[in-house]
Amino acid sequence: MSRRRHSDDSDAGQPHKRRRTSEPSEIEERLESLICRVGEKSNSSLESNLEGLAGVLEADLPNYKSKILRILCTVARLLPEKLTVYTTLVGLLNARNYNFGGEFVEAMIRQLKECLKVNMYNEAVHLVRFLSDLVNCHVIAAPSMVAMFENFVSVTQEEDVPQVRCDWYMFAFLSSLPWVGKELYEKKDAEMDRLLSQTESYLKRRQKIHVPMLQVWTADKPHPQEEYLDCLWSQIQKLKKDRWQERHILRPYLAFDSILCEALQHNLPPFTPPPHTEDSVYPMPRVIFRMFDYTDDPEGPVMPGSHSVERFVIEENLHCIIKSHWKERKTCAAQLLSYPGNNKIPLNYHIVEVIFAELFQLPSPPHIEVMYTTLLIELCKLQPGSLPQVLAQATEMLYMRLDTMNTTCVDRFINWFSHHLSNFQFRWSWEDWSDCLTQDLEKPKPKFVREVLEKCMRLSYHQRIIDIVPASFSVLSPANPVCIYKYGDESNRSLPGYTVALCLTIAVKNKASNDEIFSILKDVPNPNQDDDDDEGFTFNPLKIEVFVQTLLHLAAKSFSHSFSALAKFHEVFKTLAESDEGKLHVLRVVYDVWKNHPQMIAVLVDKMIRTQIVDCAAVANWIFSSELAHDFTRFYIWEILHSTIRKMNKHVLKIHKELEEAKARLARQHKRRDSDDDDDDDDRSSDREDGPLEEQIERLQEKVESAQSEQKNLFLVIFQRFIMLLTEHLVRCETSGIDVFTPWYKSCIERLQQIFLQHHQIIQQYMVTLENLLFTAELDHHILAVFQQFCALQA
Amino acid sequence: AVPGSGGAAMCSGETLSVLRSDSYADLSQYRDQHFRGTRYDQERLLRRSSTLYVGNLSFYTTEEQIHELFGKSGDIKKVIMGLDKVKKTACGFCFVEYYARGDAENAMRYINGTRLDDRIIRTDWDAGFKEGRQYGRGRSGGQVRDEYRQDYDAGRGGYGKTVQCQ
Repeated sequence: MSRRRHSDDSDAGQPHKRRRTSEPSEIEERLESLICRVGEKSNSSLESNLEGLAGVLEADLPNYKSKILRILCTVARLLPEKLTVYTTLVGLLNARNYNFGGEFVEAMIRQLKECLKVNMYNEAVHLVRFLSDLVNCHVIAAPSMVAMFENFVSVTQEEDVPQVRCDWYMFAFLSSLPWVGKELYEKKDAEMDRLLSQTESYLKRRQKIHVPMLQVWTADKPHPQEEYLDCLWSQIQKLKKDRWQERHILRPYLAFDSILCEALQHNLPPFTPPPHTEDSVYPMPRVIFRMFDYTDDPEGPVMPGSHSVERFVIEENLHCIIKSHWKERKTCAAQLLSYPGNNKIPLNYHIVEVIFAELFQLPSPPHIEVMYTTLLIELCKLQPGSLPQVLAQATEMLYMRLDTMNTTCVDRFINWFSHHLSNFQFRWSWEDWSDCLTQDLEKPKPKFVREVLEKCMRLSYHQRIIDIVPASFSVLSPANPVCIYKYGDESNRSLPGYTVALCLTIAVKNKASNDEIFSILKDVPNPNQDDDDDEGFTFNPLKIEVFVQTLLHLAAKSFSHSFSALAKFHEVFKTLAESDEGKLHVLRVVYDVWKNHPQMIAVLVDKMIRTQIVDCAAVANWIFSSELAHDFTRFYIWEILHSTIRKMNKHVLKIHKELEEAKARLARQHKRRDSDDDDDDDDRSSDREDGPLEEQIERLQEKVESAQSEQKNLFLVIFQRFIMLLTEHLVRCETSGIDVFTPWYKSCIERLQQIFLQHHQIIQQYMVTLENLLFTAELDHHILAVFQQFCALQA
Repeated sequence: AVPGSGGAAMCSGETLSVLRSDSYADLSQYRDQHFRGTRYDQERLLRRSSTLYVGNLSFYTTEEQIHELFGKSGDIKKVIMGLDKVKKTACGFCFVEYYARGDAENAMRYINGTRLDDRIIRTDWDAGFKEGRQYGRGRSGGQVRDEYRQDYDAGRGGYGKTVQCQ
């Protein structure tokens, strides 16, 4: 383990000098290490390690109490997968030093309040759970814990607050019960019954409009995709029915019962949930992803049922392990595989299910997608005899259920599977999927295979893909990614612009300048006009066609060649694409030339946006244009659109940041001037100082406004086009009496959902406009439902 | 930002060493001997860099394949293929520059040590591309490692150059 801290590097001019090690910071590191690694790599039992550590810490309390308090609080917040290890430790310390126990509880409450204030709700849940497990360790008195939970549940009585706020307090209460339900029920059964019945009535009356938007599969078979609170409630009800017997959680404190029950307990101070404010941002609701049950591993240990509390605890802990170690893939894999209970639960199945749960999570996975691919590969390396089979089984299942899988999740499945295969020589039993060959190509299964093969090709080369699939799959194989040059053949010489194309080719090969290109292009007639426009370059589609076709063809060899061409002839591009129609036509020609090579189209569009040859709105309009209708459901189109939106968003953020920085500089300048204020109060000189900075701020302010307006316009264009397209389809279906739910429709409506989900934070800003302008009550209910589901996410 | 995990404050500023570990994104032991400047300058540039060196590529791996793979950790600004100084053909390495360092870090964490064209590729921080660095530094024009190696590697011209000359 490297002990270098990255903050060392800011010591200017002293690169290799370690931070001057004062005793305290060394001790703190040692204490933190002792605490974090308790029980690891030890020949003795966890219990004796804990006992030893409690002794060491007790001895250190006189000198290092606040450090120990801070470390333990942080551990409670950040290592929830080891919750019971640390509650036991605190229990032992409390038994030895009552005051310390009290101070720890107070520090935890302070930390909990802080977390809630700054919207750190996920970490706050860990704190609540920790506090509740401290009841089991005789640190906190059960009645005071129940009182806290009563305050939590009473949040559901608050008026005019978002449902997601009540949801969180309910979740914090319910999700602690696997740990402490038994103890609380034994001490305060009447109060607990009351809380549970209040819970039940809340869960019955809360709205669940958001659920369809977050489900990975739209079908309820074989496993219902339940809303997270509903699922948890079923699990707690079952736990209660089992008389709160819970056997999965490791509870080291049981071994110390005789010591701990001698300890004096503390009462939690009365806890008032901080009120809802405008700045409060609560976690989004979730849907629980389930793909396995006990029938999937008939040989091994039985998988706990979907409504068992064991299932909840295992999944929580595995998610926490990933959250702790996402940056360190080997550690993460090792920690997942060493999760206790290995021979009592089908651990590999749980791990694979949890990883896919994260990968397919809507709106977005908790971590970057590629992490999951690499993590699964590490797991396969560590368990080569068992994990690959589970993964293959999972892949097969996911394939079987493609018909009802959300389009966004299918995207991620495609990306994951193709990347995974590329690490294993593309070995797969494709024949097992021959059923897709007899289906319509737009159906989910053949579509999936086509997209996978296309992505596999991008990671290798065309012939490789032809080689790895059976001959019968050739109908699904990707096209050879070659460029289509319409002026290429002598036989095309009758095409208008052919001679100019030849001229251009020669000129470019002879390293012509932009001016020379302009003068060659002057000879191109404008099919849109009767008289030639000598003055300027009004929209001339033929000019664009000849220039763009020829240039792209000459630069077809590689991405770098094409980028160089765009850079060299940037001036020509900008001029030809000056108008909106020009931009659209440039995009059309790019598509015509490179329709066999979607990857090339994507990188060219990206470059053209970044060099301002086209703008984001032009790309959006092009995607919804009739010329692209044939490719509308292809994955690469949506990659382009989302990439375009992301570029727009990053641009706005960047300018905003520049504005904030300029404002901060001005404020500092004022402060400096105020602080060394002489009698010499020369207003004119201070104005002169401020002048350029204030001008810059004004310019940036305008830039921000114009960028934000462009961003808003982009979303409006996209939503408008969706509405037009979907309405057309719905009307057509209605009048001809055919079923609305074609594969195209499913894909399209889910793509609309995807826009909302992937960019929800930005779109929240435009809710009023969207509601008043586009998603009005007159809209077809199919389309309006998507908007309503989105609104329900933070309601 | 993810709803539920809000901004920085007193409590959230704290983290634990065990969770801070980011070994895949740390600097390696390698330092470019041709770097013009002090060791300190070099390391400062490496820590700020958004450019990665990628090694152990097949000679046949294309810019397009590299773009596809490395695009999985973020938007790529530029790919520069490594070339044999004499033949001006691909000689098995390249540079990938991202717009954002965070994306390069994710490439170090999740793409380094995985396969491209069936070969385990290796990524490392680079202080920044300069003209001339796209060429191999081996005597025969390719990379140094291909000068002296004894094994047969079909994706890298067969035997090492010294072996070939025997």
